[in-house]
Amino acid sequence: MSFQGSALLAILVLLGVFTAAPGLIWLERRLLGLWQDRYGPNRVGPFGIFQVIADMVKILTKEDWIPPFADRPVFVIAPGVIIFTVLMSFAVVPVAPGIGVVDLNVGLLFFLAMSSLGAYSVVLGGWSSNNKYSLLGGLRAASQMISYEVFMGLSLMGVVVMTGSFSMWDIVMAQQGMWNIVPQFFGFVVFLVAGVAEMHRLPFDIPEAESEIVAGFHSEYSGLKFGMFFVGEYLGMVVVAAITTTLFLGGWHGPWLPPIVWFGLKTFALVCFFILLRAGLPRPRFDQLMSYGWKVMLPLALANLLVTGAIVVL
Amino acid sequence: MVTAFYIASAVAIAATIMVITRTQAVHALLYLIVSLLSVAVIFFCLGAPFVAVLEIIIYAGAIMVLFVFVMMLLNLGPESAQQERQWLNPRMYIGPAVLSLVLLIELVYMINQGLATVYSPTVVAPREVGISLFTTYVLGVELAGMLLLAGLVGAFHLGRRRERREHGTDTTTQAADTESSPNVTVGEDS
Repeated sequence: MSFQGSALLAILVLLGVFTAAPGLIWLERRLLGLWQDRYGPNRVGPFGIFQVIADMVKILTKEDWIPPFADRPVFVIAPGVIIFTVLMSFAVVPVAPGIGVVDLNVGLLFFLAMSSLGAYSVVLGGWSSNNKYSLLGGLRAASQMISYEVFMGLSLMGVVVMTGSFSMWDIVMAQQGMWNIVPQFFGFVVFLVAGVAEMHRLPFDIPEAESEIVAGFHSEYSGLKFGMFFVGEYLGMVVVAAITTTLFLGGWHGPWLPPIVWFGLKTFALVCFFILLRAGLPRPRFDQLMSYGWKVMLPLALANLLVTGAIVVL
Repeated sequence: MVTAFYIASAVAIAATIMVITRTQAVHALLYLIVSLLSVAVIFFCLGAPFVAVLEIIIYAGAIMVLFVFVMMLLNLGPESAQQERQWLNPRMYIGPAVLSLVLLIELVYMINQGLATVYSPTVVAPREVGISLFTTYVLGVELAGMLLLAGLVGAFHLGRRRERREHGTDTTTQAADTESSPNVTVGEDS
């Protein structure tokens, strides 16, 4: 299916994504509260939903301070990079038939490229702060993201082999009969783990491990710049959920309900799952994270690709 | 598309000049990343989207991150920027400039003669790249594979955890190896 989106659709997708992100902050705090047997924020408005507005007011009115010892230009650019790369990733996500921004014939690789560029945000933020804890956070981020990127890409190649295309739209169309999660179950698992590590969410939030290195790469950030890192993380969560939905959970396919609702439901379920991970799992040690990645995930992704390739050829 | 090509080329040249003239290493690396991104846009304009995306994933996304990683470990202070400033005196530019000028004259001459086919916008799909890699150029792929295997073995050897020989003599050998081996491997991999 070939598809060319209009500027209007692009703006709509952008608006939808940007309104979803602050809502997610509230959702995460409420869900975490429920799973940890407490209330979470429930004072501002019905169910505490206006907490979002209170948080925004707080972040926007805080003093936006750049430390005198920081490297100014890099310090300012770093938070922008994460927002930019995450929003660019949304360009290749097919939401429903006819709703999306662009159909690239290298769509899947475009997503991988953007997620690998996203690593710069964290790394440069950590470096430019000129603070030893930030530097440690940045170093951890660099090695973590570059390692998990390798088998993030490899785990998706099974899907590509089965579909015979890098286009996200073709991949969704190919899942009409059966979702990719059934034949590509191991690819799905590896991608999900790598996705959590790529957006450095708990339990893989080692670059910002607050019990060890203050707040890691964003220790020195305040005000709106901190807010951009924060929103970038939530947007990253949505983009990984949306891409997983597209590649493994059949995209917009599903009975009875309209396609866009199916896409939204699946993405929402995955986002809730990511939040559950945060509520349920402890943070591993850094060397545990690395050896888990290289000794378990990489062989698994390679074996998955090998078997998929063999089956497709035979 | 032709205008996009020229704009991207201009950005690439400007960014590369900035790479050379920066005294702060990380700033130079940032300009190098911009330069690589603009080269990716050039590939895209020339009808090679697959190569364009691989350029971003491998060069800008993986190798440059490793460069930045090393820069962060080196922890270069203002002294190194000072030193760099001393090294960058204008006389250093003369040799490279003359040699590049020769290449430029050659290029302009060839274009004037019509020897070079300029700009053929036929889009090459990922599938065609793969097919030609594994049929026509399979020997190159195999050789590159062997080279990468050598790199992998070398990285494994360097990052190997040595066995404990005697009590008290092994303090230096164990500290460095948990992190270094995976990172070296990525560089070779990509």
